[in-house]
Amino acid sequence: MTIDRTPSTSFSAALPQTLRRSFLAALASSSALPALAQFRVEVTGVGLTQLPIAIAPFRGEPQSPQKLAAIVQADLERSGQFRGVDASGTQLDETSRPDVALWKQKLADSLVTGSVTRLADGRFDVRFRLWDVVRGQDLGGQGYAVTAGDLRLVAHRIADYVYEKLTGERGIFSTRITYVTKAGKRYSLWIADADGENAQSALSSPEPIISPAWSPSGRQVAYVSFESRKPVVYVHDVASGRRRLLANFRGSNSAPAWAPNGESLAVTLTRDGGSQLYMISADGGEPRRLMQSSGIDTEPVFSSDGRTIFFVSDRGGAPQIYKVSASGGNAERVTFTGNYNISPSVSPDGRWLAYISRVGGGFKLHVMDLSAGTVTAITDTTADENPSFAPNSRQIVYATLQQGRESLMTTTLDGKIKARLAGQGGDIREPDWGPFLKH
Amino acid sequence: MITFKRLSIAMTVAALMAGCSSGVKLDETPVTDKSALSSGAGTGGANGGATGQSGVAGVDLTQSGGDQAGPQGVSRIVYFDYDSYVIKADAQPQIEAHARFIKASPNRKVVVEGHTDERGGREYNLALGQKRAEAVRRSLGLLGVSDAQVEAVSFGKEKPAVQGFSEDAFAQNRRAELSYR
Repeated sequence: MTIDRTPSTSFSAALPQTLRRSFLAALASSSALPALAQFRVEVTGVGLTQLPIAIAPFRGEPQSPQKLAAIVQADLERSGQFRGVDASGTQLDETSRPDVALWKQKLADSLVTGSVTRLADGRFDVRFRLWDVVRGQDLGGQGYAVTAGDLRLVAHRIADYVYEKLTGERGIFSTRITYVTKAGKRYSLWIADADGENAQSALSSPEPIISPAWSPSGRQVAYVSFESRKPVVYVHDVASGRRRLLANFRGSNSAPAWAPNGESLAVTLTRDGGSQLYMISADGGEPRRLMQSSGIDTEPVFSSDGRTIFFVSDRGGAPQIYKVSASGGNAERVTFTGNYNISPSVSPDGRWLAYISRVGGGFKLHVMDLSAGTVTAITDTTADENPSFAPNSRQIVYATLQQGRESLMTTTLDGKIKARLAGQGGDIREPDWGPFLKH
Repeated sequence: MITFKRLSIAMTVAALMAGCSSGVKLDETPVTDKSALSSGAGTGGANGGATGQSGVAGVDLTQSGGDQAGPQGVSRIVYFDYDSYVIKADAQPQIEAHARFIKASPNRKVVVEGHTDERGGREYNLALGQKRAEAVRRSLGLLGVSDAQVEAVSFGKEKPAVQGFSEDAFAQNRRAELSYR
């Protein structure tokens, strides 16, 4: 396979919607980011079956603003399915024919080589190639010509390429997450890369912001803002900053959850007394009550086929997770262990339910195998909140308290590989993992 | 590789647009809409139109407005026991004083804001805080206050009166506040 050079192309009036991810990264390059948006990844724990891969330093990296090999390796390691093999000191690029015997000796199964070159126009030319060093086989490569601000995005796309080639599944490294920080009395809603880097503020407010939820298109985020001294649900277009009120009824309005078709949302309203679930068009308008219950119903979330809504209810006396048809009807209880189970998140493949369970005074992330009904606690922390699945169903992002500071973690579903997306200068909470973006 | 050619186009465009993607600052009044709007710009993105499809235009909200005083010499804060959503007997005279005050001026509006301590999930605590606010609203209703003058809302655990994880802090945070507007 040859490497495509991507020629410089002038502005086209008709922008494919598939390009949105690229804008984001480019925009980041133009604005100074506050220190609190910076993240660090710390991988702890050991997985059992991990593919050993060496990512050679890209030729020209010392002159590049981003260390591409390190970003690719951190992405792959965070997935839990790869183990980095030391490749420091090697001088290889995408044109090199690697010494297969050497890499076998280092116990690497795969090798990534590449280069980054500054072009005359200030952009960077990035190329890479993936090798199967067990078979001595070239697994292909790609090339990109990008601005400095897009170098991280390119690294994530390389990680996606490697992940898909070697696991057969789609990578999530070039997706986005949203989360909320509280720094002093200031609340901010951020849009960041899946590794927590490259964060850009979408909203800044002196009042709390909670429960951000990506739209299925990845273009909008719904959230609850208290800016008018009560909880109100907004839908926010992240590209333009344009916001619209979705639910601002008498009482409290909260817990927005998009239907997978993006046309409507489930929300919790108290307009008729008590917290109850309603469906509302994404364009606003009159909400339709989903069910009638005597207690609290809240935290709705859709299964990815759109047919089922999981939610929290205290109708049985204590908060438990239930499910109900998206068209309403009788609810069925899902959690039976413990007396406080909240914040459900269903994996996109429909196999898993992540939620928070109170155990001995602590709040811990649990994962349920929905077909078998078995439940596993996957953390050692005691103040876990708000799990959200990666779009490939392989990782979960959640908030927790570490050393008294709110922070975000990613974990594999078995809890074996966790990475801390550690910020400074504020508490970080309410993560939501965005969808795959269409290519 | 079409995908990466597209990427390149995007990046060129993004570079062109990057210059006009500065964050949006709102120095206007807070949102006061009382009905859900179906479309159009909300209160944010004043100049967000220039960033194309996938940039992030920041919005900065600046809050104004404050509570007006309620009845003189009467606390506006009603405290609740742990895991309780009923008004304690000793808070009854306080609720009655507020009821008289509200009934004395039919134009008076009060928002009852329910709060919880900091344990547990944000959305579930929002629902629990709502139960406290509703308890105060119902008590005022029983004392003859018009429903139209009272709105019950919740802040959940988002606005603790006292920081910290002591029992004392938790007790001070389990409350409903009457906010006259």
